Amino acid sequence: MSTTAVPEVAVTAVDEGFWTRARKTGAVLLALGVLATVLFGALATGQQARFTLSETEGGAALEINGTVGAILFGIIAAAAGAALLAGVPKRWFTLVLGVGLVAFVLSFLCWQVSAAPEGRNFMPLVNVIRGTFILALPLIFGALAGVLCERSGVVNVAIEGQLLMGAFSGALFGSISGSVWVGLVAAAIGGALISLLLAVFAIRYLVDQVVMGIVLNLLAVGVTGFLYERLMQTDATKYNSAPRFSNWEIPLLKDIPLLGPALFRGNIFLYVGLLLVLVIHIALFRTRWGLRTRSVGEHPTAADTLGVKVLRLRYRNVLMAGLVAGVGGASYTLALYSFTKNMIGGKGFIALAALIFGRWSPTGALLAALFFGFADQLATYLGAIGSSIPSQFLAMLPYLATILAVAGLVGKVRAPAADGKPYIKG
Amino acid sequence: MTNPNPVSGSPDKEPATEAQETRSEARATPSAPAGDTERAVPATATKQPPTEGPRPTLGRLFLDNLWAANTVTVTVLAVLLAMLVGAVLIIVSDPEVLATYGYITARPADALNASWTVVSEAYANLFKGAIFDPDAVGFTAAMGPISETLTYTAPLVFTGLAVALAFRGGLFNIGAQGQATIGVILSAVAGFALPLPPGVHLLVALIAGALGGALWGFIPGILKARTGAHEVINTIMLNYVAVYFLSWIIVQSGVQNPNRSDAISKPVESSAQLPRLLGSDLRVHAGILVAVLATWFIAWLLNRSTLGFELRAVGENPDAARTAGISVTKTYVLVMVISGLLAGLGGSNMVLGSTANALTPLVIAQIGFDGILVALLGRVKPWGVLLAALLFGALQAGGNRMQSYSGISLELVTVLQALIVIFIAAPAMVKAIFQLRAARAARLQTSLAKGW
Repeated sequence: MSTTAVPEVAVTAVDEGFWTRARKTGAVLLALGVLATVLFGALATGQQARFTLSETEGGAALEINGTVGAILFGIIAAAAGAALLAGVPKRWFTLVLGVGLVAFVLSFLCWQVSAAPEGRNFMPLVNVIRGTFILALPLIFGALAGVLCERSGVVNVAIEGQLLMGAFSGALFGSISGSVWVGLVAAAIGGALISLLLAVFAIRYLVDQVVMGIVLNLLAVGVTGFLYERLMQTDATKYNSAPRFSNWEIPLLKDIPLLGPALFRGNIFLYVGLLLVLVIHIALFRTRWGLRTRSVGEHPTAADTLGVKVLRLRYRNVLMAGLVAGVGGASYTLALYSFTKNMIGGKGFIALAALIFGRWSPTGALLAALFFGFADQLATYLGAIGSSIPSQFLAMLPYLATILAVAGLVGKVRAPAADGKPYIKG
Repeated sequence: MTNPNPVSGSPDKEPATEAQETRSEARATPSAPAGDTERAVPATATKQPPTEGPRPTLGRLFLDNLWAANTVTVTVLAVLLAMLVGAVLIIVSDPEVLATYGYITARPADALNASWTVVSEAYANLFKGAIFDPDAVGFTAAMGPISETLTYTAPLVFTGLAVALAFRGGLFNIGAQGQATIGVILSAVAGFALPLPPGVHLLVALIAGALGGALWGFIPGILKARTGAHEVINTIMLNYVAVYFLSWIIVQSGVQNPNRSDAISKPVESSAQLPRLLGSDLRVHAGILVAVLATWFIAWLLNRSTLGFELRAVGENPDAARTAGISVTKTYVLVMVISGLLAGLGGSNMVLGSTANALTPLVIAQIGFDGILVALLGRVKPWGVLLAALLFGALQAGGNRMQSYSGISLELVTVLQALIVIFIAAPAMVKAIFQLRAARAARLQTSLAKGW
């Protein structure tokens, strides 16, 4: 991103005057808040909006009158926007913005839930949280693969292909061997295979990395689709009936209200995914490998001068990224569904968006992935309660949010400086 | 674009050195112009400078150039390599053939024969479906394959040109898919909603599609120019926004076909359809003529017009272009608008031509993504794009026959296309595999966009 700004922009960035980014964001948020107060408040019915703490309608619940809730949260959002517009200390910016956005979403939910037909006007929070994490899972793995690659200076647009190859080889070899573990290892290797191609062509042959990523995605779609039709469709029991990981309940943690049933009764992939975020975060910012990775991603020549083997490190990171994404692909075929053609369906690109939205950091990517997962889950939920909002527009949300993010409306995103630039020693 | 690190950030280094080699070689043989190798051959043959001693014969020169890493040779070899990998895939995915490999040490002929049969049959069908079927009787049957090939070629020319033009302007337009989607929506709506006379109706529908694509290209263009937001990310995101918009608009009343419950729109009226060229039995339509016209226009635009010059200057080096007084901002926006316009026309072709006459969720198939491959294969030159689109169209048409006659999934075509472009993108590898001589004048490095 840093390389592309044209000078007109650079000038305004220095001399931005009254309309700082915080103030612009505040103005937008204020408008949203007013919109929520007026529109959502008017559309909401006087019914109670129930947010139950279980998977069903019953049990403990948070309740609020629909109209009151919509207006109340709308006002909170507007107030947060007004605060930003008036100017708050910089360190409070994120907090105030967060409160404002959450209030906006809550206002929206109060309207939607209260306006739902009788008998369906409740929102089971356990389901929503669990669904959010399940839908975010491939995004988490994919975005982590992106972090590993791009922090060392190799653009990874091939996440989609890595996930797909992982899902495919997990299903194929899991079915042939009848073992989930063989499937898992095969999935990781499958993802790494696409990575290997990316690494060789990007690092050895200096092919443009974005181009290569796009082409590799098509290659993965073609190869898996071809083998799917030739093998899996002709003999599904032999080639496409992989065993699945059962859910593991974690003692003690599973009894936490709300979070317990939502998070700690899931399958291995959920735990591995969350653990990986932590591990990669620590490794990237606290270990020697992490320092070297980051330095190679920012300034490979300097790193080389200090004795870091730039190319070797890039190869290793790209391959690791493939392993991670491969496991992410297996989270489909070894836990949820059997393989179908092009089953990743663009999740790899949302993962790329999550990576950028999360500013190339593991924890940021996690949060972005959860946000996208939530939007996805919300679309499903609203469809189920017969909402008047077309689900397609909710499905657009992650993409629109990413466009706003890279346009600098939500915060400046900056890629590693050497991201996408091949390193030629000399 | 300030590069803090001139050593590492140099994907351009390679072409520069190649160009230097070119120059020195050209100096050694003054008769050969430092242009395309293909052009160099007749030039040396006609102008025989007497001072240079014994000149190699024309045939000798031809053979030398044939095995040099020039564009044509690398392309042909890339296609061959891709088909080789495709053959391996066909073999390993055929359980019966694979079974013969179980006893290959005992009877190797079995395995080889079985492999040869299945592969040659598949590729023969690919050829028959794309170019000519020797068993065909009658005009319609004989022209069928060519007609199919041209039908698939037309939209790819547009999307390929869209991507290639953006590349030349220094932008990577991955959004041809989305731009084509918006184009197809507007074209279709104009095609069934407006009551217009034939001719005018078609023109309006085409313009509507072009405008839709231009709008969808304008968004990432203006974002890039105003905020520096990277066009790769924005175009990817807009692709999905377009897809969801398409799936929403199809089921709206007034758009959805009232006689159908599934997601399909009303059919485009015949007055807005591109006329068929070879009678109603063959699918080839006037879209291919528009495509050739567009290729000619883009070639003129790039090489002969002021805008084209500015566009190339910005693509080569935005800083230098700015210093020279070219508005980079304006150029970026214009490039994306024209690029989107072309992609939008590609979308129009899908619903105004003979492929479909109504909107469905998959109406434009993969033409946008295929356009990227076409542009790369065509070396981001307009006429190259046309040829590349022709190859891809042929693969698509042949793939259909291969699927129905040999039971080889159409996905093999996707694999072949991706592989061809991978090999093209890494000419160094093809050169190494086949031990090609360094090309005299071919500039093969496709170094285009530069990172995020």
